[in-house]
Amino acid sequence: MENNNYIQGLFGGIKTLMVGLKTTMREFFTKKITEQYPENRNELVMFDRFRGSLVMPHNEQNEHKCIACGICSMNCPNGTIEVKSKTIETEDGKKKKILDRYIYDQGICMYCMICVRVCPQDAISFDQSFENAVFDRSKLIKQLNQPGSKVQERKPVARPVAPKPATDSSNPQPTQS
Amino acid sequence: MFDLQTWTTAIHTWLTGFIPEWTAILLESVVVALIIITLYAVFAIALIYLERKICAFFQCRIGPNRVGKWGLLQVFGDVFKMLQKEIIRMRKSDRFLHDLAPYLVVTASMLTFACLPWNKGGHIIDFNIGIFFMLAVSSIGVVGILLAGLGSNSKYPMIGAMRAGAQLISYEISIGLTMLTMVALTGTMQISEIVQQQADYGWNIVRGHLPALIAFLVYLIAGNAECNRGPFDLPEGESELTAGYHTEYSGMHFGYYYLAEYLNLFIAAGIASTIFLGGWAPLHIAGLDGFNHIMDLIPGFFWFVGKTFFVVFLLMWERWTFPRLRIDHILSLEWKYLMPISLINLLLMALVVVLGLGINLN
Repeated sequence: MENNNYIQGLFGGIKTLMVGLKTTMREFFTKKITEQYPENRNELVMFDRFRGSLVMPHNEQNEHKCIACGICSMNCPNGTIEVKSKTIETEDGKKKKILDRYIYDQGICMYCMICVRVCPQDAISFDQSFENAVFDRSKLIKQLNQPGSKVQERKPVARPVAPKPATDSSNPQPTQS
Repeated sequence: MFDLQTWTTAIHTWLTGFIPEWTAILLESVVVALIIITLYAVFAIALIYLERKICAFFQCRIGPNRVGKWGLLQVFGDVFKMLQKEIIRMRKSDRFLHDLAPYLVVTASMLTFACLPWNKGGHIIDFNIGIFFMLAVSSIGVVGILLAGLGSNSKYPMIGAMRAGAQLISYEISIGLTMLTMVALTGTMQISEIVQQQADYGWNIVRGHLPALIAFLVYLIAGNAECNRGPFDLPEGESELTAGYHTEYSGMHFGYYYLAEYLNLFIAAGIASTIFLGGWAPLHIAGLDGFNHIMDLIPGFFWFVGKTFFVVFLLMWERWTFPRLRIDHILSLEWKYLMPISLINLLLMALVVVLGLGINLN
């Protein structure tokens, strides 16, 4: 019995060692993942999950999706985001809160991505830019909405969590008391 | 086959023509010593570069590539850095032993280095108990390592040296037994004779088939352990012992350990290629006379170095694959597995030789 275990252990050990050797030998011939950065600066693409800095994508008509609800700002652990909104009156006489300035202080952002996760409109996301070094900290405070941009007219979206959302544009803001 | 012996005798007769014989022999010895030391340094540099590149490739990296083309000058830069470093002496360390230890280590590896058969007629130390001599001088290194631990007045080198001592002495048994296995096959201990036989009758690993193959594998494992490398590098396990027995060394004293470590790798591979893969004997395949003739044109030096670097690659592959073993695992691997296997293997080889089962090529 003892002897049997010894032999089994020996051959089992050799087998697992062979698996290890096979793995490293395969790795020996795979393409190397090293990025030689300054040389390949033009063609270097960061991987999708990389969080470079927070951006607010705009479409061709210079429209963003932000409805100035402020959820991102409330959820930010560091107080990185400041949403400045203003109230305007639409043509049909309704009052509407729209985004004035979306201030993002990259210097205190910890890239946790909570803001992107909680955004009900998918208005913000992280891009893959990584050359973020500047000489002055104030340059890290960025306004994300482009000048002259306006909110994208929202089509009704079927949201599973909300059974009957208000589809007209006057209602979707959270109540801010 | 190109024979270096004709050249050396020609040079010797030419020298004795105008100087007395003892002067000629002295001069030749000095020249040969200088050649060995130069080769030693050159191979160390080549091996360090290879180690870095191969390690990087196994880890999906590129390795050194900034200093010179493909990082070829990186090692030279490191060597010059090492030469400039101050040799720091510890208070209350045993000065004499502390300084002596690296020289013992490097002497042992140089003496073993001199045993390697570089070419037909190109062996430097060669007499009828060559394998014994090689085993004996290679174990001087253990003394150096133990003295380093003893003389440093520090606990890390002490523990590292104790581990190294236990490990090296244990694994020397496997090395000795595998060599004995091959000696049983060849019937001689003279290194030049062993290689000459392999040139005449085929490489030992083919002639001795199964027992030789087992001996080769056991030798590869024990050889890595003997060099304090690979999964067996716990005498200098950096995570627990800083750098093991050479923690307290700096400058060129540390450089000697580094040099000896890499050259021991080369020597282990060189011995493997000598006793298993035919040393300088060219690759011959029975029946293909044209092919054999072309192989004969390649000088034996290149055959030897090529085979050695092939074995070096195998040892590095082993090193960069397996995680480090614990000291009790190392000892149980040797005493419970490798040594019984080599003993049975020796018996098997004796049977093969007695029954005349060895394949003779050519």
